[in-house]
Amino acid sequence: MTSRRKENPLLVFVEDVGRATVRGIAELGYVAGLLGESLYWLVLGPRRRQPVRLAAVFGEMMNIGIQAIPIVAVLNLAIGIMLAIQGIATLKLFGAESQVVVGIALSVTREFSPLLVSILVAGRSGSAITARIGTMLESQEIDALRVIGISPVRYLAAPVLLAMLIIVPTLTILGDFMGMLGGAIYSGVELNISLWAYANRSIEVLAVDDIRQGLVKSTVFAVIIAMVGLSNGFQVRGGAAGVGRATTRSVVMSISYIVLADMLFTYFLNR
Amino acid sequence: MASDRPQPAIIEVQDLVAHYGVRRILDGISLTVNDGEIMVIMGGSGSGKSTLLRYLLGLNRPTSGKVRMLGKDITHMSGQELFELRRNIGVAFQGGALFGSMTVGENIRLPLREHAKLDEQTMQIMTRMKLEVVNLLGFEDLMPAELSGGMVKRAAVARAIIMDPKLLFFDEPSAGLDPVTAAELDELILRLRDAMHMTIIVVTHELESAFKIADRIAVLDAGKILLCGSVDEVRQSGDERIQDILNRRPRNEDVDPEEYLRRLTGEAL
Repeated sequence: MTSRRKENPLLVFVEDVGRATVRGIAELGYVAGLLGESLYWLVLGPRRRQPVRLAAVFGEMMNIGIQAIPIVAVLNLAIGIMLAIQGIATLKLFGAESQVVVGIALSVTREFSPLLVSILVAGRSGSAITARIGTMLESQEIDALRVIGISPVRYLAAPVLLAMLIIVPTLTILGDFMGMLGGAIYSGVELNISLWAYANRSIEVLAVDDIRQGLVKSTVFAVIIAMVGLSNGFQVRGGAAGVGRATTRSVVMSISYIVLADMLFTYFLNR
Repeated sequence: MASDRPQPAIIEVQDLVAHYGVRRILDGISLTVNDGEIMVIMGGSGSGKSTLLRYLLGLNRPTSGKVRMLGKDITHMSGQELFELRRNIGVAFQGGALFGSMTVGENIRLPLREHAKLDEQTMQIMTRMKLEVVNLLGFEDLMPAELSGGMVKRAAVARAIIMDPKLLFFDEPSAGLDPVTAAELDELILRLRDAMHMTIIVVTHELESAFKIADRIAVLDAGKILLCGSVDEVRQSGDERIQDILNRRPRNEDVDPEEYLRRLTGEAL
């Protein structure tokens, strides 16, 4: 094989493309299988008397969600303020500064809050999940689970998936509030709009659909973070260095997929 | 479930072949383990002994061959059947493989929690009984990271025996332990067999420990079983590779100069 590769660069290229394609398809299949099995345990686990433990789900929710509240709040507030500054500066050109409320309400709930929250959760928890599962794999803890008769998917993956599905949309709602609060604070200083008036105007502008759009997106992002984090963890090879590589890969992959999925969603939801 | 015939086979391996990628790691392994015996699978690094253990535990599916355990073929088992079978099997992994996020006590109780419906207090008492067996009573509430290497291994044994399994596997029990602790672990293995009538399979490369505890030894080399017999049979074997292992002699393979040159220059055959 080595000698053949040396001879023909074109052959090398074709071979590499082929291998990468096969790897990609294999990984997609793996992720689909993992998602299917996690859902299977969540739904049918209790009937087989091997339920997904609620304690584990709450534990994950603490890690992924509650501990992320401060950073989610602060960053969304900052985004709200940033949007207000930019919005007022731009709208001043048309003398329509007061319309900034509309811009912030729509862009925060539809776009910024789900995106920012998901990227934060991917960075904080997606990487942690990969590292934890990768380390458990390397220290044979996953094998130990299996020989005890515990499915690692039920015990480790399903709780993460369920926790993500609950937490990411919840944090997104928090992000919605904080983003609009940020906008209100800056607009209050700059345009003398009272907090009360700002809130009333926001509620007036927002339709249920805007919030729902954000929540649908954040649910999809939750699945992406969970599945990318988990599948990278379960596929760790090569000791500590392997865990490090998988962790980096996990964060980069989740954030890329989140942004790409966001673009697709925004396109289809706004047609 | 076992019949009264003398020495019924608990494990029967037939022509087990396994690959890692394209490399053939196990090359037609056949092996029987009888009820109540301590079988030591011995071999050097890369002999395939750890791989063989993974197949015995049903962690991987073999390329071909059969592994019958407690009368059932585990290579063609459904998830649910394997789940039932695993109540009867305990494994002490090389590095202990205790769950880092749980205390020692919680680690040991985990199989009980999953397989049996017992109240908390009963489970605690059973945990302490097993901790007593491995001389770790009082360490229940510590985290695995707070234990020494020998203690981790003993705690792993306690977890492996919590369900009173019929079959107990040890992966390299004495690796990385000082001689005294290793000897204590050997004693523990013998005691478990005698007191709890378990069938025990030990994978190791430690000669001394193997000779001390084994009823029979299977010597594994390059994915094949060279010999399977009693301690004396292994000691008196005329096989050169076995004598190499017993006498800690380095392998003297004849070097083919041309082949050597090819290897150095990295040219494929």
